[in-house]
Amino acid sequence: MKRMFMVTLLAFMVMMAGCSGGSTSSNEGGNASSTDSKTTDTNTSKETKASDSKEKVKITYAGWGASPYKEAYPMIKEAFEKTHPNIEIEIQDTPNKQYWQKIETAANGDNLPDVFWMNGPRFIQYAANDMLMPLGDLIKQDNYDMNNYPKSLVDLYSYNGESYGIPKDFDTIGVWYNKALFDEKKVEYPNATWDWNKMIEAAQKLTDPTKGVWGIAAGFDSQGGYYNTIYQSGGYIISDDKKSSGYDKPEAIEGLRFWVDLINKYKVSPTMAQMTDTEPLNLFTSGKVAMLWEGSWNAVEFSSNDYLKDKIGVAALPKGKEQSVVIHGLGHVMAKNTKHPKEAWEFLKFLGSKEVADIHTKTGVAIPAFNGTQEAWVKSKPDLDLQIFIDQLAYSKPYPVSRYTAKWSSLEPDILKKAWAGEVSVEDAAKEMAAKMNEALAAEK
Amino acid sequence: MQMETQIKPKQRMKRSRINRLKYGEYLWGYLFIAPFFLGIAVFYIWPVLQTFYFSFTEWGAFNKYSWSGIDNYTKLASDKSLMHAFQNTLQFVICSVPLTIIFSIIAATLLNQKVRGLTLYRTLYFLPVVTMPAAVSIVWKWLYNGDYGLINYVLSFFHIKGPTWLSSADFVMYAIIIVAVWMSIGNNMIILLSGLQGISSSYYEAAEIDGARPLYKFIHITIPLLTPTIFFVTVMQLISAFQMFDLIFMMIGDKSMVIQSAQTVVFLFYKYAFIDNAKGYASTIAIVLLVIIMVVTAIQMKLQKKWVHYE
Repeated sequence: MKRMFMVTLLAFMVMMAGCSGGSTSSNEGGNASSTDSKTTDTNTSKETKASDSKEKVKITYAGWGASPYKEAYPMIKEAFEKTHPNIEIEIQDTPNKQYWQKIETAANGDNLPDVFWMNGPRFIQYAANDMLMPLGDLIKQDNYDMNNYPKSLVDLYSYNGESYGIPKDFDTIGVWYNKALFDEKKVEYPNATWDWNKMIEAAQKLTDPTKGVWGIAAGFDSQGGYYNTIYQSGGYIISDDKKSSGYDKPEAIEGLRFWVDLINKYKVSPTMAQMTDTEPLNLFTSGKVAMLWEGSWNAVEFSSNDYLKDKIGVAALPKGKEQSVVIHGLGHVMAKNTKHPKEAWEFLKFLGSKEVADIHTKTGVAIPAFNGTQEAWVKSKPDLDLQIFIDQLAYSKPYPVSRYTAKWSSLEPDILKKAWAGEVSVEDAAKEMAAKMNEALAAEK
Repeated sequence: MQMETQIKPKQRMKRSRINRLKYGEYLWGYLFIAPFFLGIAVFYIWPVLQTFYFSFTEWGAFNKYSWSGIDNYTKLASDKSLMHAFQNTLQFVICSVPLTIIFSIIAATLLNQKVRGLTLYRTLYFLPVVTMPAAVSIVWKWLYNGDYGLINYVLSFFHIKGPTWLSSADFVMYAIIIVAVWMSIGNNMIILLSGLQGISSSYYEAAEIDGARPLYKFIHITIPLLTPTIFFVTVMQLISAFQMFDLIFMMIGDKSMVIQSAQTVVFLFYKYAFIDNAKGYASTIAIVLLVIIMVVTAIQMKLQKKWVHYE
């Protein structure tokens, strides 16, 4: 009897499995129709919204601003709600490390925030998979002026000729340095005329093993590190047609070698193992490292750090074969299946306005993308020469992206770190990286 | 003949009455376990079946997947990092399980005596179990720090230059094992303690009359009578050791240079499923691990006849 029951139960469950399995697989085909019905849903709800504008609508806004945005977020929320009393903004801030996992899960569950931050490497994946609202019609309808932003950033958030995002800000990289450590060894502060050799020389003078102080931290960092030096030695990471990797070209190998040599040849940087235990940023903010290549977004953090605030300086990146720096900018995008497209667009326009750019500059969190407001950002921290981040625009190169950037960029730590640790030669690591990256790029089409 | 015909209907009646009775009992029984069973079915059995199905699929961006037959299983055989992850997992299991069991038995035996402040000691040993793994990881990460960590600072008194524990390929696994053992002693200790208290004192009294020494009593009375509990603890510990993930996720992380030497099968599963978004292939790994754990547990069940004594 018992056995009979178990058998029937099992059979029943298998049947259940079969049924639901069928329904999930058919879901794929049926997806289009279900989204269709959803859009008609939103259309009808939009109409009712329009007729009854007094009803309060909640717009969710997600980003990874963290502590630098502590001031900026509430200011943005307050300013918008004042002019739009029927819209309430709910801010969802997530640390950068977990942000994309959260957004991707939300995307899978048709549950994206109405308005959220987007970056270059992820943009095409979201746009190509129909997750983002195309803005072209809305821009035309409202005569919204996209010329307010640098063209390179507008292009970064366009896919197949259609705009999907409003540029939020941009960032470039600089050499942050600790003046106290420079003064102690009587070394001249870094400046725009430096080249790689000059920087290595200075790092050698600054390194003091007895005190546990290193001249520079050659951390494993793409945007803040080797992407810049690859460009500076005349190389590239991804070809313009996004079909092949530049890692195995001699110029790129030179760019990688700069960092590896700082650790293993000149010994002016902590080892990879030490920087795994204690992050370069923490070594720098505790006075163990004299120079650090880092982004403009650190201006708030460094100038408010108790230890660093009276010792911090910043200079343009040194010159390799040529001068270069990576530029990247964030954008504000809108979910395709937002329940309140009208209100979300209102908020998106507001985020792209000069008013919000001014909030950015006032709090110093990022270089605003709105043309003409950058100067105010530079002045937000008068003790720091933030102008270098703007000046470097002249020779900046774009952050390398493809359709599924993460597929190959996630391989970089696995493969290239072995060179940083001195386990394999730079050439071998670069060749392996190029091969794997070409494989990933070939699978994209 | 007559007698037979007389008996038959009686028997039939009796049987059907029993059936009806039994049927009612079964119905109520199943009704009572239904809430629990439904929970298990929805949250455990159904996902397992789904994982099995997914192990034959290939996944693209945003959860779009398609049937790919046994592709994932053939890919499995030539995946070097998976082989490496299996080696790491095996190393972790082989080192951590015996150490945990031995230390748990020692702790349980010591805490089974009447000493002053017994509850305090029991609390102290149990504390790591109730502490959040995230908090444990952060504290141990600092202890292990190569330049500024407490462990290497203490070692420096003995003129030993400690390694960078969490970023050297040779030491990282042992560093994890130490924390894992430390964390799981408490739980096993409590179970073993209840096993110890179930041993009748008459055995010890009899042995004492015969003049047995404490160590002799421990080896010939305590251990054999504790084997059912030890067996239970070993099975549970082995299963959880095969599924090691949280400490590695929080103390090492996927971007560390030594992750190749530290990643277990479940960590690799996480990496494939949630970082590389290859959920189909990740399901395949989960299924293979499930089979391995089932086989290991089955072997243990078979072997228990040889060493477990039931009273």
